[in-house]
Amino acid sequence: MNVEGLLAQITALLVALAGAPLVMGWVNMCRAWLQNRAAPPLLQPFRLLHKLFWKESVIAHDASPLFRVAPYVVFGCMLLACMIIPTLSTNLPLAPAADAIALVGLFGLARLFISLAAMDIGTSFGTMGARREMLIGFLAEPAFLMVLFTASLISSSTSLATTVATLAHREFAIQPSLAFAGIAFTMVSLAENARVPVDNPATHLELTMIHEALILEYSGRHLALLEWAAALKLFAYSCAGLAIFFPWGIAEARDHVALLWALPALAVKLAVGGMALALIETILAKMRIFRVPEFLATAFLLGVLALLVHLLLGA
Amino acid sequence: MAQIASLLAIDGALIVVAGWLAIGVAGLAALHNVRLVGRLLFPLSALLSVALAGIALLALPGTPQTAVLAIGLPDLPFHLRLDALSAFFLALLGLASAGISVFAGGYFRQGEGTPPGLLCMHYHLFLASMALVLLADDAYAYMVTWEMMALASFFLVTTNHRIAEIRKAGYLYLLVAHVGAIAILLCFGVLQANTGDYTFANMRAQHLSPFWASCAFGLSLFGFGAKAGILPLHIWLPEAHPAAPSPVSALMSGVMLKTAVYGLIRVNFDLIATPLWWWGTIALGLGLATAIFGVVFAAAQVDMKRLLAYSSIENIGLIVVGLGLAIVFNAYRMDALAALALAASLYHCLNHALFKSLLFLGTGSVLHATHERSLGKLGGLMRFMPFVAWTTLVGVIASAGLPPSNGFVSEWLLLQSFLFTGELPNPYLRMLVPVFAAGVVLVAALAGYVMVKFFGVIFLGRPREEKLAQARDADGLERLGLAWLTAGCLLLGLFPVAVLEVIDPITVAMVGKGLAQSGHAGDWLMLAPVSAERASYSPLLFFLLTLSIVLVAFALVRRFYHGRVRRAAPWDCGFPMQTARMQDTAEGFGQPIRQIFEPFFRMRRELPSPFDSAPRYKVTVEDPMWAWVYLRIAAVTEAASRLVGLLQRGRISIYLLYSFVTLVALLSLTQL
Amino acid sequence: MSPLVGQVINLFAAVLLLIAFAMLAQRRIVTLIHLFALQGLALVGSTTTVAFATGQHHLYWSAGITFTLKVVILPLILHRLIRRLNVKWDIETLINIPTMMLVGILLVVFAFNLALPISQFSQSIARGTLGIALACVLMSFLMMITRSKAVPQVIGFLAMENGLFFAATSATYGMPMVVELGIALDVLVGMVILGVFMFQIREQFDSLDIHHLEKLKED
Repeated sequence: MNVEGLLAQITALLVALAGAPLVMGWVNMCRAWLQNRAAPPLLQPFRLLHKLFWKESVIAHDASPLFRVAPYVVFGCMLLACMIIPTLSTNLPLAPAADAIALVGLFGLARLFISLAAMDIGTSFGTMGARREMLIGFLAEPAFLMVLFTASLISSSTSLATTVATLAHREFAIQPSLAFAGIAFTMVSLAENARVPVDNPATHLELTMIHEALILEYSGRHLALLEWAAALKLFAYSCAGLAIFFPWGIAEARDHVALLWALPALAVKLAVGGMALALIETILAKMRIFRVPEFLATAFLLGVLALLVHLLLGA
Repeated sequence: MAQIASLLAIDGALIVVAGWLAIGVAGLAALHNVRLVGRLLFPLSALLSVALAGIALLALPGTPQTAVLAIGLPDLPFHLRLDALSAFFLALLGLASAGISVFAGGYFRQGEGTPPGLLCMHYHLFLASMALVLLADDAYAYMVTWEMMALASFFLVTTNHRIAEIRKAGYLYLLVAHVGAIAILLCFGVLQANTGDYTFANMRAQHLSPFWASCAFGLSLFGFGAKAGILPLHIWLPEAHPAAPSPVSALMSGVMLKTAVYGLIRVNFDLIATPLWWWGTIALGLGLATAIFGVVFAAAQVDMKRLLAYSSIENIGLIVVGLGLAIVFNAYRMDALAALALAASLYHCLNHALFKSLLFLGTGSVLHATHERSLGKLGGLMRFMPFVAWTTLVGVIASAGLPPSNGFVSEWLLLQSFLFTGELPNPYLRMLVPVFAAGVVLVAALAGYVMVKFFGVIFLGRPREEKLAQARDADGLERLGLAWLTAGCLLLGLFPVAVLEVIDPITVAMVGKGLAQSGHAGDWLMLAPVSAERASYSPLLFFLLTLSIVLVAFALVRRFYHGRVRRAAPWDCGFPMQTARMQDTAEGFGQPIRQIFEPFFRMRRELPSPFDSAPRYKVTVEDPMWAWVYLRIAAVTEAASRLVGLLQRGRISIYLLYSFVTLVALLSLTQL
Repeated sequence: MSPLVGQVINLFAAVLLLIAFAMLAQRRIVTLIHLFALQGLALVGSTTTVAFATGQHHLYWSAGITFTLKVVILPLILHRLIRRLNVKWDIETLINIPTMMLVGILLVVFAFNLALPISQFSQSIARGTLGIALACVLMSFLMMITRSKAVPQVIGFLAMENGLFFAATSATYGMPMVVELGIALDVLVGMVILGVFMFQIREQFDSLDIHHLEKLKED
C-alpha cells in the first residue's frame, strides 16, 4: 500500500460521506422542479442529519441490544461498500477485500440486520416492513448478481477494479448484453433503494411503506445514521452502475492527471443520474406490493437474458 | 520411531472409537443415573472427539495408512484406510461432535422415554459406527458399519418412543435408509466387476465399461442420495430430524448427512476411474432441484425444527451441485477447476456441519426452556435467553450465507467455479451452466429470508405466550457446546486460506490438482483462487474494517453530539392497542413465498366465512412428493401384492398342485 | 465490412429475442399486438442494415413489404378484430409464466446449439443470429400452445413467420422474391380466414375460449 493508494482511499471515503446526502438533496430538488413546487435547498439533508444527531434517542422498553447496534452495523456496511466501489479511481488498496459477489453479500448483511431490528420491537408494522424488505431482497439480490455476472464474464473477473479497467479500455461497441444488463440494473436499483415504482420514499401511509416501516421505531442519532446509510446505499448503487456501464472518467493507478478530472466527471455523471431518477419517479406510479415480485422477476430474467446473449453472441 | 509415529494415526482413530464404545457400555452400567451420564460420560466423549479431530488433521497431509481388523467372518476381516478424504471427514466428525456431546451432557433429562444410560450407549454406538464408515476400505466393512449407523440412529430418533408420531417417523427413516443401503450394496457389486474381491483397492484398479460405470454412478447417487436427503428420497428428513432430540438432530443433520456425501465422493472420484460429463450434469440438476425445493419449503414451515430440516435439504442440494460441477470439470480433464469446485463442496460440508449443529442446539435450548416447538407460540426470547440468542445469531448469519461468516466463503467459492464454465468444450453445458448459477443465487437469497423468519419469530418481538417469561437461559455445559460451535463458525469464516490449505491434499488425491499447491489460494489475509485480479475476498479485512467503522462512528457521535437515550412505549404509528398477537405469525411471514411458489406446494386451506361465530383460518402445507411418488408406488405395490395374493386359495389340493407343477417343470428343464 | 454493422445486427437480434420473451409473458392482448408491431420494426431495421452493408437491393424491397404488412396492415386488422370481438385480456395461460420463461430459456440454448454447425456454413454477415431466429420460432410456437384464447394464438402464428423471415435473412440474404410474395399473400389470406373462423367460434360457443372446442370430440 503506497501513499497514493491511501490518499485515494481516504478521498473516496470523504467523497462518499459528503456526496451521498448531496445526491439525495439533488434528487429531491429535481423532483420538486418536475412537480412544479419550490425546491428544498441542496444542503437540506445535512441540516436534517445535524438536527437528528442533536435529538434524544427514544427507544422502546423491550428493545434488545440488537436494536441499538443495528444502525451502526448498517452504516458501517454501506460505508464499506462505498469504499470498495471504484468511484474516483481504481487504485483502492482496500478494494481486494471484497469483489462483486462480496459486495452483494455486504448489502445482504445490512438488509438482514435492519430486518431483524425491525422485528425486534414486535409491532405489526415492523414485522410487515421486515417481511416486505426480505421479499424484495430475495428477488433483487439474484437479479443484481446476474448483472454483475454478465459484467464479470465480459471482463473475466469479479474484481470491480479489474472490471472497470477492462470496460473503460474497450473500444466503443454496441453490446446488447450490457444494454439488457443496464435495464435490469436500473430496475434492481429502484427496488433496493426504495424508490418509486417499488416504494415511495416520501410516503406517510403506513400500509404502503417498505423502507420507512423498517425505521419507524428509530429516532435521534440512530435515525440519522440510518438515513445517512440509505443515502450511502443510493450513492453506492449509482457509482456501481456508473462504474460498470459508464466507466469513462475513472482514474487508473498512477494516472495523476485523470485523478484531477475524476471528481468533476463523477459530479456530472451523478447529476445526470439524479435527474434521470427524479424523472423516472415522477413519470411512474407506485405499484401494488403484489406486483413487485413480477417487476423483480422481470429484472431477474433480463439479467439471465443478458448473460445468455453474451454467451450466444459473444457480445 | 518414525514408523511407529506414522502408524499411530489410524491406530489413534481406532483407539478413539474403542473409547467411545467403552463410554457407551459404561452408560449401560449407570442406566438411570442422569448426573453421571451427563456430567462425566458425555464431556469425556467430547474430549475424545477433540482428540479424533486433532489426529485426523495431523494425518491429513500424510500418506494413506491401512489397517486390518480381525472382526467379522474368518475370511472377511475389516480393511480400514485413513487417507486425506477420510481424515477430513473424521476431523469434521470430531469438531462437530465435540460441541454436540458437551451440549448433550447438559441437555438430556429424566423421563424422556429411553433411560439416559441406554441413550448414552446408542449415542456412542452412533459416533463409533460413523467413524468406522469413514475408515472402511472394503465393501463388507462399509456395509456392516453403515447398517450399524442406521440402527443406532433409529434408536436415537425414537428416544421419546411413547409418542406415536415419533415412532412413525423412525419407521419411515429406517425404511428409506434400507432402500438406500440396498442401492449402495448393488453399487459395490457393480464396482467389483466380477472379481470377487470386495476391497476398495481392488475396485480402484478395475476399469469398467461406460455402461457399468454409469450403472455404478446411478446406484451410488440413489443409495447415498437416500441417506443424504436428495430429491425425491428426502421424505424421511423432515419427519426424523424434528422427532429426534436436538443433539441427535444436530448430529444427524451435521455429520450423518456428510457421511453420505463422503460415500458419493469416494465412489465417483476415487473408485470409478473415468467419470463421464453427463453424470455431473445429472448431479447438478438434481442438486439444484433439491436446493430450491428445500429452501422453498423451509420458508413455509411453522415448526422450528422442520424448518431447519428443510434447510439441511437445501444445503445438501448445494453440496451436490458443487460435486456435479467437479465431476463435469473432471470429465473434461480441467483439473484446476475441478479442484476449485470440489474444494467449495468440501468447505460447505464443514461449514454446514458447524452452523447447522449450532442452530439445532439453539432450538434444543429453546425447546427445553419453553416446551414449545411451534413458531406460533414463541417470540421475544432474546430478553430471557441472551446467550442462546446471540450464538444462534452467528449461526443464522452463517446459514444465510452472508459475509464475513463461513457460509459465505463456501458459497463464494462455488459461484467462482460457476463463472469459469465458459471454458468448457461442450457448447450445451457452456450455456446451461450459467443458468444453473442463477438458480444457486436464488437459493442463497431465499435462505436469507428463511433465516430472518427463523430468528425473528423465535427470539425477537414480543412473547406470544405468557409462560415464555419463565424461560431460563442455557446453563454451563450447554453454553460450552454452543460457544465451541460458534467459535468454529467464526474461525472458519475469517481464515479461509488456512482451511483451503487443509483441503488441498484431498483435491490433489481426487482430481490431481490442489488450489494451495499450485500457489493459487492467496495468502493468509486474502482468498484469491486464481489470481488477485480475477477475484479476491478477504474476510478478516472485511470484518476489521466494518468493526472499525462501527467503533469510530460510535465514538465520533458521542464526542460531537451525545449518547442520551430515553425509554418509552413503542411508537407503532400511534396505535393505542399493542398486543403480542399483532406481530407476524410464522405463516404470515412465509405468505409471500407461498404465494409466489404456489405450484410447488399442496396446500389445504380452511377459510372462515363471514357468518362463523368462531372464525378460524387454517392452512396446511404438504410435501407433494408424497402424492406424486410415494403414494403411487404404494398403490402399485398394493395392486401387485393383490395379484400375487390370488395364489393363496386355501385348498390343500391346490398347494400340492403347485409343488407338483414345479417338480415337473424342473424335471423337464433337466432334459434341455 | 465494418464491425459496427455486425454489432447493429446483433443488437436487432437481441431485441427480437427480448420481444419473443416479452410476448411469452404478456397478458394484455393490446400489448401483444404492439409487441408484434415492434417485432416487425426490428425485422425491417435488420433487413435494411443487411441490405445496406451488402448492397443487395432486393432486400430493400423485402424490407418495404415487411413494413407495410407487419407494422401497418396486420396490426390494424388485429386491432379492429379485437374491438369487434371485445376481448382485451387473456388472464389464464395453461402453464404459469415463470415455468414458461424457464422453458423459453432452455429452448434458446437448444436452438442455438442446433444452429451452430449450420451457421458455420453460411456466408452471410449475420450468421451468429441464426440460432436466435430459430429460438424465436420455437418460442412463438410455445406461445401458441399455451394460450387459451384464439387471438394470442393467431399472434403466435404470425410471430413464428417473423422468426422464419429473420432466419432467412440471416442465413441466405433473404428468399427469392417469388417465395416472399407468396408467403406474404399466404399470411394475409390466413389472417382473413382466421378472422372469419373466430367469428364463427364466437357465434357457436358465445366465447373465444378454445376449451369449448373440446366439445367437438367423439364421445
